[in-house]
Amino acid sequence: MRIKAFSVRCLKEILRDPLSLVFGIAFPLVLLFLMSAIQANIPVAMFQIERLAPGIAVFGLSFITLFSGSLIAKDRTSSFLTRLFASPMKSGEYIAGYTLPLLPAALMQSVICFAAAMLVGLKFSARILLCIAALIPSALLFIAFGLLFGCIMSDKAVGGISSILVNAAAWLSGIWFDLELVGGVFKKIAYCLPFVHCVDAAKLALSGSCAGIGVHLAWILGYAAVIFAAAVLCFSRKMKSL
Amino acid sequence: MEYAVETHRLSKNYKDTRAVNGLDLTIKKGEIFALLGVNGAGKSTTIRMLCGLSEPSGGEALLCGINIAENPSEAKKILNVSPQETAVAPNLSVRENLELMAGIYGVGAHEARERASRQIERLSLGQVADKKAKKLSGGWQRRLSIAMALISEPEILFLDEPTLGLDVLARRELWGVIEGMKGSKTVILTTHYLDEACALADRIGIMANGSLKACGTEKELLELSGYVSFEDAFVKLCSEAEKQ
Repeated sequence: MRIKAFSVRCLKEILRDPLSLVFGIAFPLVLLFLMSAIQANIPVAMFQIERLAPGIAVFGLSFITLFSGSLIAKDRTSSFLTRLFASPMKSGEYIAGYTLPLLPAALMQSVICFAAAMLVGLKFSARILLCIAALIPSALLFIAFGLLFGCIMSDKAVGGISSILVNAAAWLSGIWFDLELVGGVFKKIAYCLPFVHCVDAAKLALSGSCAGIGVHLAWILGYAAVIFAAAVLCFSRKMKSL
Repeated sequence: MEYAVETHRLSKNYKDTRAVNGLDLTIKKGEIFALLGVNGAGKSTTIRMLCGLSEPSGGEALLCGINIAENPSEAKKILNVSPQETAVAPNLSVRENLELMAGIYGVGAHEARERASRQIERLSLGQVADKKAKKLSGGWQRRLSIAMALISEPEILFLDEPTLGLDVLARRELWGVIEGMKGSKTVILTTHYLDEACALADRIGIMANGSLKACGTEKELLELSGYVSFEDAFVKLCSEAEKQ
């Protein structure tokens, strides 16, 4: 009951914020259409829609960190959490309440992204559904980042750090250029971070080559689990130290 | 007699500072009790401990006989708080904010809607019921904040600076709301407005340096200080405490 009430509230807060729609949906779609237009004139294998769409979908999901982090940070700074901490809700219920509504929001983002990709040439197949499923761990990862940032930073700081994360996710994921082109330490660092694994898992799922997907999902889920654990720890401490 | 609030040697330390120092306090059921004090007197820390937001360093606090430190989830079912800063969900309407708080306290959807309607009527929020909270004026937001605290039908209600920053008319309107709770709820309010404490409270407690320096009705505190003006009495009682 409490989790449902709180989840519905969080979903409404996010969906009613116009910035969520601009950054979460409109901006990635603009990039998708722009890159497709460039691809139509100057074909590059990297930006074929089958390779571009999974990357754009991950790029869109990276904005979830901004939504979830800002929501928690604003709740903290506006004393809304003080009110809630005086209620019988428990720390697990807060975390679930902040996390659960973002999953359908992430799913919706991915569906819209692939629907738009079909407008510019992606053929519909069951592999699109598989790809959307493979994006769920990535959604959890970006939600976890948001929970952690929101627990330890102000809403202004969350905006800044989320921008850095979105950029890191863009540059270190192989969405915009092939990491093989840079190679060396850059590529090694990229593969030690989760972002490239998000894109590779989605690309493999869309191409139907599921054999190597497990390793990428393990990387993503490993990072997500650690960051979630850190967020829960920070949140529990905040509850005790008001 | 079972008290709504009972503290025994309640203390709170922050590193080198003792914010609350062995507080002994009893508040009767149905009473409106005002907690006064200069900044840093320990009022907000006391309220935070009584609401279960901060663990006491020593002593104990009982709410209707329930020890808040030992059994916080039970104690939290019978209390609610309207924090100093207006704490509302900005993108939710007034009605949605009320239904949210009812849900947080485990009330089912149908009952939550009915309770929200009752609070809207009780606090005369009808004309703004479907407006988003962020679009309300400060006075309306305060009123909503109190309605959100009342929707769980708490036995004990904490109001932290309920009229801070409001104009005279909005303050007077909120006073009417708080006065209307007299006898039916135990209300503990902190305020810097002395006239507010005198107008609303059955008894007033004056805190200084983390301790309760004086407690009684307005008349009793005036007699204790030897002044006829409550402001003079407050200054004297606080100054004496500062010198000790």
